[in-house]
Amino acid sequence: MLLQFVAKRILLSIPLLIGITLVTFVVSHLVPADPLTAVLPERAWNNPETVQMYRERWGLDRPLHEQYLIYLRNLLHGDLGESYTTRRPVGTDLRLFFPATIELAAAAMLYAVTVGIALGVVSAVWSNRLADHLARLIALVGVSLPVFWLGLLALQVFYAKLGLLPGPGRIDTRLVAPPTRTGFYTIDSLLAGQFDVFLNTLHHLILPGIVLGSYAMGIIARMTRSSLLEVLSLDYIRTARAKGLAEQRVVIGHALRNALIPTVTVVGLTFGSLLAGAVLTETIFSWPGIGRYAVDAATKLDLPAILGVTLLIAVVYVIVNLITDILYGILDPRIRVG
Amino acid sequence: MTATTTRVSTTPLAARRPFWESPLGQAARELARNRAAMAGLGILVFWILVAFTVSFIVPFDPLKTDVSNRLSPPSASHWFGTDDLGRDVFKRVLFGSRYSIPAGFLTVLAALLIGCIVGAVAGYAGGWIDNALMRVADMVLAFPSIVLAMAIAAALGPGLKNALIAIVVVLWPEYARLMRGQVLAVKAHEYVTAAEALGARRSRLLIRHILPNTQAPIVVKATLDVGAAIVLTAGLSFIGLGAVPPDPEWGAMIREGQRRFSQWWMATFPGLAIFSVVMALNFLGDGLRDALDPRRRGRWA
Repeated sequence: MLLQFVAKRILLSIPLLIGITLVTFVVSHLVPADPLTAVLPERAWNNPETVQMYRERWGLDRPLHEQYLIYLRNLLHGDLGESYTTRRPVGTDLRLFFPATIELAAAAMLYAVTVGIALGVVSAVWSNRLADHLARLIALVGVSLPVFWLGLLALQVFYAKLGLLPGPGRIDTRLVAPPTRTGFYTIDSLLAGQFDVFLNTLHHLILPGIVLGSYAMGIIARMTRSSLLEVLSLDYIRTARAKGLAEQRVVIGHALRNALIPTVTVVGLTFGSLLAGAVLTETIFSWPGIGRYAVDAATKLDLPAILGVTLLIAVVYVIVNLITDILYGILDPRIRVG
Repeated sequence: MTATTTRVSTTPLAARRPFWESPLGQAARELARNRAAMAGLGILVFWILVAFTVSFIVPFDPLKTDVSNRLSPPSASHWFGTDDLGRDVFKRVLFGSRYSIPAGFLTVLAALLIGCIVGAVAGYAGGWIDNALMRVADMVLAFPSIVLAMAIAAALGPGLKNALIAIVVVLWPEYARLMRGQVLAVKAHEYVTAAEALGARRSRLLIRHILPNTQAPIVVKATLDVGAAIVLTAGLSFIGLGAVPPDPEWGAMIREGQRRFSQWWMATFPGLAIFSVVMALNFLGDGLRDALDPRRRGRWA
């Protein structure tokens, strides 16, 4: 039963993945002029041989549907084209920059989930009282703040004015990055036994993590509050209270467990928004991830690089949604039937 | 024939009731009681007024430079300080509303129109048309909005107009989905079957009977989306794909402010303007959701 459910979900996401490649293909053809003008550096333009080579490689002289098949074939070989700002294959660039983004998004998620759920619980337990109003306000502010502006403010206050937290970058400039194994500084530094680098990495994650996670925090708090309120009004909670359980155990032990099921879905969905938000946050914090890579590429109209990032984020987004879906089915068996 | 359809389309009960007792009137009263929503509405109206009147009221050229006055911090003569070319940041922020406010409303309006037409057609037609239209919507929805908007804006080339087109492209599918779901739900109701049995034409059915019953969730979504569209516009300008620097667009101003890190006022105030509009729209959207759906009153999210 469960296996069937999982298999069905995985099959359902395949057309979506194909759809994603269709969209990026269409976007790459939106360029008003010859797509080659966007893809090739100016120098290569003057060499007719190079132009001809690229034309053949991407089949630009063939009909559109054949071009799409060529595009798909290249994708399956991991060929995302070549970035003309870094002059490396986009796939190589993404492998290089992606771990930094994942590390940042994980930090943001940690903050969003812990603070979001805590705020939501406070809100629901003391609903319509001062604590609730405050928690709701914090959640709404989190949802309303433009992430790039919040990042600038946070740097200005906590780094420049107060000096409490480190500035941009993944580690202090006085330190050397740990030897690359996974690309995650937190893990690599521990593997290399460099404890000072590990601590410094954590330090550098705090500010961008909170900035990036603030939107997801607000969403999670709102979701937790409303679903906990709903659960708290159910009969089995009344029973638990009637048999004399301490309120704390009723809320944490009985109600929250069920209330968190819808929150799981929201956490999955907001992970996509975290990857997207990373585009802007990384720019502010000079964070060498795929977001900053994409923005650098955008200012130089380096389309293969932008589309590579777009494709990668969309694919991760689909996979995260798939996992969320499956997790939801495991947590709430009623879903599997539907 | 015509006589029959006319009788079906008028709703005599609702017509005789005074406005305040109609469902819409009740919702309006509910909304008026919600202080946060009213505060939001107030701030929003303020910004709309500023956006439409500032160029007539404030004698100021947002592009004119005054180098002798550059980078001065906030003071009595320059409330929000001046930027690196000596331009008054306060007045530029006011003029910035002429970009962000219409951008937010127009993109959402366009996305809403496109999405609702697509969704209504899909829901009403069903079959392969429905399937094809919804798969296209799914494809766009598979991308986080800022990322796809960035790719489209980059492909079309930088500029505010292209940024707005990109935003419309990423916003319409959710309306299509909402609208389709609504149409499907309403289509199953007996009064639609009745009108159909009486021989009402399909287009007339859709416009007179189905559409008026699908508004509430879409209105709420649109209100919240205006804020999202304003942030998206500013975000694209911030990364250099929207409004181009001399223009006093809020996102572009923050971009300039980022480069002048120690002159904190350059980025802080335009951002505060964005935040105030978005917060206002969120308050209003939440209030509308509560007011339009009686079951949700007192709840939240």
